[in-house]
Amino acid sequence: MKKRVYINSVGSVSAQKTFENDAFLTEITTHNDTTMSVINPNYKDYIPPAAARRMAKGIKMSTVSSKTALEEAGLDNVDAIIVGTGLGCIGDSEKFISAIIDNKEQFLTPTRFIQSSHNTVSGQIALGIGCKGYNYTYVNGATSFESCLIDAMIQLQLEEAQNVLVGGVDELVAHHVDTHRLIDHIKKTPVESTQLLASKTEGCVMAEGAQFFVLSNEKQASTYGELLAVGTYNSLEKAQLTGTVSKFLAENQLSVDAIDLVILGYNGDVTFDSYYDLLANELFSNTAQAYSKHLSGEYDTASSFAFWLASKVMRTNSLPEVVHLNKVAVPTPKTILLYNQYRGEYHSLVLLRQC
Amino acid sequence: MGKGIAITGMGVISAIGNNVEENYESLISKKIGISKITHIDTVHKNDIMVGEISTTNEALEAQLGLSPNSWSRTSLLAVIAAKEAVNHAGITDLNAFKTGLISGTTVGGMDKSEQYFYEYFENNKAWHHINGLHAGDSTKKIAIALGLESSFTTTISTACSSAANAIMLGARMIKSGQLDRVIVGGADCLSKFTINGFKTLMILSDTYNTPFDDHRKGLNLGESAAYLVLESDEVVAKENKKVLAYVKGYGNANDAFHQTASSDNGDGAVLAMEQALKVAGLSPKAVDYVNAHGTATPNNDLSEGRAMNRVFDGRVPDFSSTKAFTGHTLATAGAIEAVYAVLALQNNVIFPNLNFKTPMQEFDLLPETELKQKELNVVLSNSFGFGGNCTALIFSKEA
Repeated sequence: MKKRVYINSVGSVSAQKTFENDAFLTEITTHNDTTMSVINPNYKDYIPPAAARRMAKGIKMSTVSSKTALEEAGLDNVDAIIVGTGLGCIGDSEKFISAIIDNKEQFLTPTRFIQSSHNTVSGQIALGIGCKGYNYTYVNGATSFESCLIDAMIQLQLEEAQNVLVGGVDELVAHHVDTHRLIDHIKKTPVESTQLLASKTEGCVMAEGAQFFVLSNEKQASTYGELLAVGTYNSLEKAQLTGTVSKFLAENQLSVDAIDLVILGYNGDVTFDSYYDLLANELFSNTAQAYSKHLSGEYDTASSFAFWLASKVMRTNSLPEVVHLNKVAVPTPKTILLYNQYRGEYHSLVLLRQC
Repeated sequence: MGKGIAITGMGVISAIGNNVEENYESLISKKIGISKITHIDTVHKNDIMVGEISTTNEALEAQLGLSPNSWSRTSLLAVIAAKEAVNHAGITDLNAFKTGLISGTTVGGMDKSEQYFYEYFENNKAWHHINGLHAGDSTKKIAIALGLESSFTTTISTACSSAANAIMLGARMIKSGQLDRVIVGGADCLSKFTINGFKTLMILSDTYNTPFDDHRKGLNLGESAAYLVLESDEVVAKENKKVLAYVKGYGNANDAFHQTASSDNGDGAVLAMEQALKVAGLSPKAVDYVNAHGTATPNNDLSEGRAMNRVFDGRVPDFSSTKAFTGHTLATAGAIEAVYAVLALQNNVIFPNLNFKTPMQEFDLLPETELKQKELNVVLSNSFGFGGNCTALIFSKEA
């Protein structure tokens, strides 16, 4: 008998004030731009200033949200650390490249290079808490975070681990933004967050953030809900989408009617939001729908913010109006489905249930 | 006893050969791939030696039917090695079974990113490389080249243990029933980024690397791609597949000591090797040969040697590092050395640890320096990386 997998705690640093777990989107920050930075916590409360000075922002954000998650779960250590990131601490990579070019490969120092290794966040967390256990970093675009969930589920179900820290983190960095503007992956004109889906323009509002969670095969007082299943698909034609979702639900002995809330990864890109429309207008037209990227912005691990949102919804039994997408009222948010994709690729389905 | 996962195909491209057969020929004839760098114009070209694949990007692109400057070299190498592995496994319809792809990389498309870093803003000629910086991009290109659709694909970046971890995850996903078949491995090309990065860490040798030698001066960076096909027992039975060897055990641990250095006693390495033995259900005595990580940096070889002494209680089996042949190919090291471990098992041969002259002062470990014929049943392969990442894999002849 496979063990069940529970979400025992959360931690988030995002473009909203989410770094304290007692609030749940009570104070919304409206952004009106083509990019969004995180609402910074007071990093000094979490990291000694001397250490923080040299730290990449990705490490800082992850330190705060992983500490928050560990504390809420009542843990000093875990059996495994699994981090997803599209680009790692790319700010340091870019600084190192520009230094190589500008200084003609001379006078370089190692710090930037070291922090640009994609696994620097998972390594730093392990160093920080002295965790000698399993340590992985997934770097697969918009399914980086879901790869962590799949890996953690195997370990917890097979009892290879009891507590696993999983997270998703990405930084917003100038060169990366500027190059992605060139190829129209980022919107050309600012969009007010509440108008994201009405913009009908190409590209996304690019952002950053770090969400961490303790997943466990033991339920406890702090438990938010249960993680039932995760599926990722490198490619899906639009014609395959509803069939794939139905099959995924059926594999988990669920019908479309059993879903109380679907959280869709709408990012306001007129070219690719049509994937979400397919589910919103067809399969789940009678189901309560929510979205989150007007609050979090888009980044490779933005789906970890949707996962955070779903966890909070399960815990509080409430859906903030600001994320509610359609007029269908949420009964009790017992069973929640998350669907995400990026530019028609990197599709993922995540199934959660209250417990 | 843990049941092994079948390996049914392999592909590799490295400084010592553009396919598995060429690599094997080089390994048994002591033909090394270390040279001065020719494809990258770096100011360090006279101070370093590298394990460079001599084939140019243009020739690789021609081989794949691509126009010049289409992809990062990492993707070119990756697709060539992954195709060889799939062909070797005799797979005709990749989507016939629940198939996944797990690839490891550290630099991804950094070769193009560093080349066009400023030029992107001057003209649009290289804009197709902008997305290549994403580490997952090479994995995506492999999936498309192989025709893998609607499937589980992912990319692992745990520095120099990336591909070893890809193999470990692949084996776990077959064992847990999530996949029937999975292509696992990794790819990394040389880049100014890594050359200069390792240069700042002062661990690059200015001559041929000498693993486990007392006078070792550091590593030679290399480039390579290597993939293996793992299949479930059901697929092997149904398709009547020839099994090359088995992934018998795996262990992953973190040294939690330092961001770029291994601990003096190799705690993480010990944990990884012990866990791999436990998963395999084998005692240390069952290991016939260790393909060591053996990068030839002062820190790694000392830490790894001590770790081996601890795991094997002072009776370390025959061991060698093949990095004197290929250089340290970063993310790919675990996959290329997995291919070499399988070749060792198939041919009952231990590949030599070249360039070794003087035993290290700290212990009395002596690597095998000549090609050695020996009946091999179990091979242990180590891969360690920045961030404290330690992975050990065990390959076996029998399931």
